[in-house]
Amino acid sequence: MLGPLAGVPMAVKDNMCTTFGATTCGSRILESFRSRYDAHVIERLESAGAVVIGKTNLDEFAMGSSTENSAYFTTLNPWDTTRVAGGSSGGSCAAVAAKIVPAALGSDTGGSIRQPAAFCGVVGLKPSYGRVSRFGLVAFGSSLDQIGPIATDVRDVALVLSVIAGHDERDSTSVDRPVPDYLARLDRLVKGIRIGISEEYFGEGLDREVREAVQAAIDLMAGEGAEVVPIHLPHMKYGIACYYLVATAEASSNLARFDGVRYGYRTPRPSDILDLYESSRGEGFGPEVKRRIMLGTYALSSGYYDAYYLKALKVRTLIKNDFETAFERVDVIASPVTPTTAFGVGEKSSDPLAMYLSDIYTISANLAGICAISVPCGFDSQGLPIGLQLMGPAFGEEHLLAIAHQYQLRTDWHACVPPLGSAVSRR
Amino acid sequence: MSDQTLTTRTIVGLEIHVQLQTKTKMFCGCPVRFEAPPNSCVCPVCLGHPGALPVMNGQAYRWAVLTGMALNCAIARHTKWDRKSYFYPDLPKNYQISQYDLPLASDGYFEVQVGAGTKRVRIRRAHLEEDAGKNLHDTGNCTLVDLNRAGAPLLEIVTEPDIESAEEAYVFCIELQRLVTHLGVSEGVMQKGQMRFEPNVNVAIESQGREYRTPIVEIKNLNSFRAVRQAIEYEAQRQTAAWRENADYQLGTVPNENRGWNADKGVTEFQRGKEAAHDYRYFPDPDLVPVEVSDVMLEEIRAMLPELPIARRRRFAEQYGLSVKDAETLVEHRATAELFERVVAGGAPAEVVGKQLVNVWLKLANDRGVAVTDLGVDETRMAELAKIAADGTVNKTAANQIAEIMLSRGESPRQLAEELGLVQVQDMDSTRRWVEEAFTANENAVRDALQNPKKMQAAVGFLRGQAMKGSGGKADPKLLGELIEERLARLRTGS
Repeated sequence: MLGPLAGVPMAVKDNMCTTFGATTCGSRILESFRSRYDAHVIERLESAGAVVIGKTNLDEFAMGSSTENSAYFTTLNPWDTTRVAGGSSGGSCAAVAAKIVPAALGSDTGGSIRQPAAFCGVVGLKPSYGRVSRFGLVAFGSSLDQIGPIATDVRDVALVLSVIAGHDERDSTSVDRPVPDYLARLDRLVKGIRIGISEEYFGEGLDREVREAVQAAIDLMAGEGAEVVPIHLPHMKYGIACYYLVATAEASSNLARFDGVRYGYRTPRPSDILDLYESSRGEGFGPEVKRRIMLGTYALSSGYYDAYYLKALKVRTLIKNDFETAFERVDVIASPVTPTTAFGVGEKSSDPLAMYLSDIYTISANLAGICAISVPCGFDSQGLPIGLQLMGPAFGEEHLLAIAHQYQLRTDWHACVPPLGSAVSRR
Repeated sequence: MSDQTLTTRTIVGLEIHVQLQTKTKMFCGCPVRFEAPPNSCVCPVCLGHPGALPVMNGQAYRWAVLTGMALNCAIARHTKWDRKSYFYPDLPKNYQISQYDLPLASDGYFEVQVGAGTKRVRIRRAHLEEDAGKNLHDTGNCTLVDLNRAGAPLLEIVTEPDIESAEEAYVFCIELQRLVTHLGVSEGVMQKGQMRFEPNVNVAIESQGREYRTPIVEIKNLNSFRAVRQAIEYEAQRQTAAWRENADYQLGTVPNENRGWNADKGVTEFQRGKEAAHDYRYFPDPDLVPVEVSDVMLEEIRAMLPELPIARRRRFAEQYGLSVKDAETLVEHRATAELFERVVAGGAPAEVVGKQLVNVWLKLANDRGVAVTDLGVDETRMAELAKIAADGTVNKTAANQIAEIMLSRGESPRQLAEELGLVQVQDMDSTRRWVEEAFTANENAVRDALQNPKKMQAAVGFLRGQAMKGSGGKADPKLLGELIEERLARLRTGS
């Protein structure tokens, strides 16, 4: 019998281990590394009949929002090649947008699926934490990382999710609960659902055209019978600060294994073991990775742990509680994915903080462990895609996908094709 | 300062690492095998490959809790795993998964027999962690790394500094080894590094009404009981001498340090100071979920708790009337203790069974280098032998002979005794004749038995031996003894 993805060519982000090809994580330090095993999601895709045709570019170790931090290439935006594809799953989103593959896998630690999906005009889902096994995903922020599907429409995203979701005993954080039939439930109507709107997502820094497109999407659903409910997420404003402590602390520890001793890059002539460590890592890691390792190491150091890491964990709990409270009253929360559309190549690469702020609307979902999806909802005046973010409660993918699907049944933004090499633009 | 006014007291706290004998490692499915070729028991998880994730070994956790219970500890209902970060080539992830602020067991105690008294040593905590691999430095100009051991489950037990001498530490370590092997959670083999000891030692010196304390020295990685005793003895002397030489050699003034034990020279050697405490940057491991211990799980583990060696030793002495020494020998190995009780349950008198196990069966087993349970003689036949010894069918000497023959022959002890002519002769006349013969042939001994108080006892013993020999081992020693006394008494009164 043919699997649900029989013959479907797919691409996967190059931070998922594959026994074929390389697994570089966009880093020099893993240039020569070959994995001895396949990630759980690779096994799942292949047993469903998918053909993984290649690995896609990313910011080094998934650290970045533009795919400019790759040690190998910069991935460009298919809608405008002077602009970034977003990141860190920029390669996977660009590949889907450019119609190289119908679907791809990305990973999302603070928005790394949704932000590039919005920039590239495709659909990207960050599943709830624990929904998809992380076994074989090279860890960045272990308590935040989640693998998710990217495709041109919600139906394909739902199909891929149904293949990769589910318990895996090799990942203790993967949750043992049944996987619903996501495809079967897509036809659930928008009428009567409650959409939460929080002013925290519409504040200063949000581009006017993005705001209008997102508002139009919300209006459309309201017109279909959805109820729009104002909600408040008081701790969301601490999201970025909290995230850059938790994620970097975990990263500093997760990346300690790349030391030149057992695999990966080793400096040619180390003078002693300390030099082997320092030079291998110094030469193997790029600047953003080093910056985050240093930040995280600092946050975990004795004397600073309570003030930074422990405090961040407490804030994280507050953010999680905010969402839990909100989801008692609403089915989904609607917001922009990003404050702006795709920015220019090089525009933010010398300003890390500005780069970090491009994830301001996506980060909280990772901290809270909930599911969130990015769907195309328009274009700005320069012809760049705009993304609508819909967030659902933990393990609420079934409902979230249905609502996003119903939105897409009433719009055709996702059907637009970038003008790469042809005169075809918007339909 | 004059030496007359100086008294010293050694203060020792122990950190003990016990490797649990689980089939697989702490966080992956690799076997733990000491003899395996280097790097043959490894997988992406214990090699620290990218993307690999740990999964807790439930058996290791249950055994750790069991050991915590045996150490009278409070068992935590909620614990978690923490990462302890440091870079070293034998540590594949460059962090060790351990338990930092929530150990699975804490606030216990362990009692050991020191001399005639009982010493109670408080247990501060016990926690689980993964072992590191081994760096092999003796291979020319490079260091090789063997990661077979990386990820093996280790139980770290930390005592309070209640131990007051090298001897106490020595006894404590032996008794702890006895405990973990008794529980079946570890083989406890020193040569395989399955138990490693790190004593923290300092000395309280009392001089002219004041007390001084020397800096605390941690002696790293001792792997024999002897080394524990010698290193602590040496260290106490060294620290006292250092204080004599320089009164500033005191806790808080001079930094604590780590020292290693050089067994060849019999000295401890400086490794590193502790003034700059290593920052291990502990934080909860996000790859593992916290452990919740349910009532059911606690009850299940408690049900696995066997009687502990000390308690069993006491019970054996009291319930069965065994000597303390015999009870200790029987409890040395759990299998022996359990065999003893099975033989007794077979209806044989406990005292005789105890003597035969200690003096006959264990000796036969030791001579052959096998466990007493592997001698090929089951509890039923052992009980039979004890019975015919107890009811006077055979005497002790004959029973010993029969036991050895039982190793190669399957007949019942009674049959063997008859076949070999070892059935004890109760006949008064024959026994009297053997006594007469012994007395006639050994006049000097008879004289000593009657007149030389210093040699009296030995002489009587000698006469008994000679008479037994004359009987061909068949005489009833009790009757023999009675008749010898009777004869001596008659000689004394001149009748």
